[in-house]
Amino acid sequence: MAVVFQKTKGLTDTPFHYCPGCTHGIIHRLVAEVMEELDVLDKAIGVAPVGCAVFAYDYFSCDMQEAAHGRAPAVATGIKRVHPDKIVFTYQGDGDLAAIGTAEIVHAAARGENITVIFVNNANYGMTGGQMAPTTLIGQETLTTPYGRKAEVNGYPIRMSEMLSTLEGVAYIERVAVYDVKHVMQAKKAIKNAFLAQIQKKGFAMVEVLSSCPTNWGMTPVEALNWIKDHMEPYYPLGVYKNTLEEVK
Amino acid sequence: MAKVLMKGNEALAEAAIQAGCRHYFGYPITPQNEVTAYMAKRMPEVGGVFLQAESEVSAINMVYGAGGAGARVMTSTSSPGLSLMQEGISYLAGAQVPCVIVNIMRGGPGLGDIQGAQGDYFQSTKGGGHGDYRLIVLAPSTIQEMADLVQEAFDIADEYRNPVVILGDGMLGQMMEPVDFENIQKRKRDIPEKTWATTGRGNREHRNIINSLYIDPPVLEKYNYQLFEKYAKAEKNEVRYEMINCEDADVILVAYGTIARVAKNVMNIARREGYKVGLIRPISLWPFPKEPFEKTVNTAKAYLTVEMSMGQMVEDVKLAVQFKKPVYFYGRPGGMIPEPSVMLEQIRKIAGGVK
Repeated sequence: MAVVFQKTKGLTDTPFHYCPGCTHGIIHRLVAEVMEELDVLDKAIGVAPVGCAVFAYDYFSCDMQEAAHGRAPAVATGIKRVHPDKIVFTYQGDGDLAAIGTAEIVHAAARGENITVIFVNNANYGMTGGQMAPTTLIGQETLTTPYGRKAEVNGYPIRMSEMLSTLEGVAYIERVAVYDVKHVMQAKKAIKNAFLAQIQKKGFAMVEVLSSCPTNWGMTPVEALNWIKDHMEPYYPLGVYKNTLEEVK
Repeated sequence: MAKVLMKGNEALAEAAIQAGCRHYFGYPITPQNEVTAYMAKRMPEVGGVFLQAESEVSAINMVYGAGGAGARVMTSTSSPGLSLMQEGISYLAGAQVPCVIVNIMRGGPGLGDIQGAQGDYFQSTKGGGHGDYRLIVLAPSTIQEMADLVQEAFDIADEYRNPVVILGDGMLGQMMEPVDFENIQKRKRDIPEKTWATTGRGNREHRNIINSLYIDPPVLEKYNYQLFEKYAKAEKNEVRYEMINCEDADVILVAYGTIARVAKNVMNIARREGYKVGLIRPISLWPFPKEPFEKTVNTAKAYLTVEMSMGQMVEDVKLAVQFKKPVYFYGRPGGMIPEPSVMLEQIRKIAGGVK
């Protein structure tokens, strides 16, 4: 019998611990497929965050390091400076990357650190039960904004892709979403570009993925996907924010 | 090459290079700035990496990444910077990543001052970060010893897969002394290959993972027991100290690092005055040397611990003496140096009192 499809070699057989309807699983698969297609699994070293993806080291089939909360870009810097010819990536959530790890991500980008960052933005702290994240939308209810996020109290959500794309050291930044097939395909293309930027030694590359959190948002998986499209996307426009890649045939 | 006259901070940096350290991550802070400057200049000459991080928080996490990737890696800082590194140090110990961390201590608490002090003894030896872990802490008292211990520190770190701290102070970092790099004193060791390092899987069957997360409590308990087996081995094999004139001593001075030099002079002056005074100088602060106290506790009449702090190591001295003999303390905080005249006065008083 001919094999028409099989799971990517970039993932282990460990079952995901993610909640039903969460799009971390899709994003993991895209990252793993891209690494397999680029044939870099044997030289990839990933850095897992603190947050929902804290067990990412159990899922990706490459070497992995688990970082302290927010420090993944610094850890990745250490790895990359030891192994400049290996492929180093971080996989981080919005609390990790845009709150506690803001200094690390800004300076890794400013240095043009030749790493790939997968930034999963689901507008809340998922692992700890759904608190306000730096990316939580105005009016959004969370455990720590039970009356909705108020600008006068909590300030405004941070657009990391826009912010980081102003830095000279950045080679590639794109914001994508994974709420339907078309967007999943686009996300995969973006993730591939972010790894290609590293392979071409262009500098820092990041893909921000708008992701769902049905459990903490209090929605069904379908409602959550629609919420990304209707509420997150208008504030976080999709698209390429910076691209210095060479054409790849 | 004969001896070279070098500043402590530069000598320790050169010693690290000679020990095969090719990755250094740091952040400017006084009084250790000569280390970063030296590394910035010297690393490119030997094909190594010097990187100035955006904070001590980042620097220690770069150390984690590089150490986990198999490199001989070092960072250096001074007291406030070491506070910022505590989170990373706990992760390094938890994930068993070898590295060398240099703390050239200054006066505190808070921003304190930039004079040499010894207020970080607790932080270094009792685990300033969270969780059950130990660091191997080495405290040199001369520039030559600093160079020797830095080289030894890398070997110890690799043998035990554990961070090793070099605990100096601003005085030691800033002073100049002759150093002989050709006759570095260090032990021969069997250093295992870093088969655990994340180097990219290559042809390896298994994945290497650097991690300190064990979510299942019985599993974490077992892992902690394993760490403590390692620490027990260090307690057995890595104790270092110097003992001078203790055989007939009535009063034994106990001091480490810079102030041990002053204590040694005071011991000699007191001897000339007819007092039988000895010196115990712990070199490994963890594991703390209990042996010299066991050897002397039946013959000595009292101990006088001297520190450039309000008294931190003195607690370990008391534990080692086990209340069998009086343990006195004299110290000055804030980067001030305990006075020889006061030490002598105390010795006279103690010796008189126990006669």
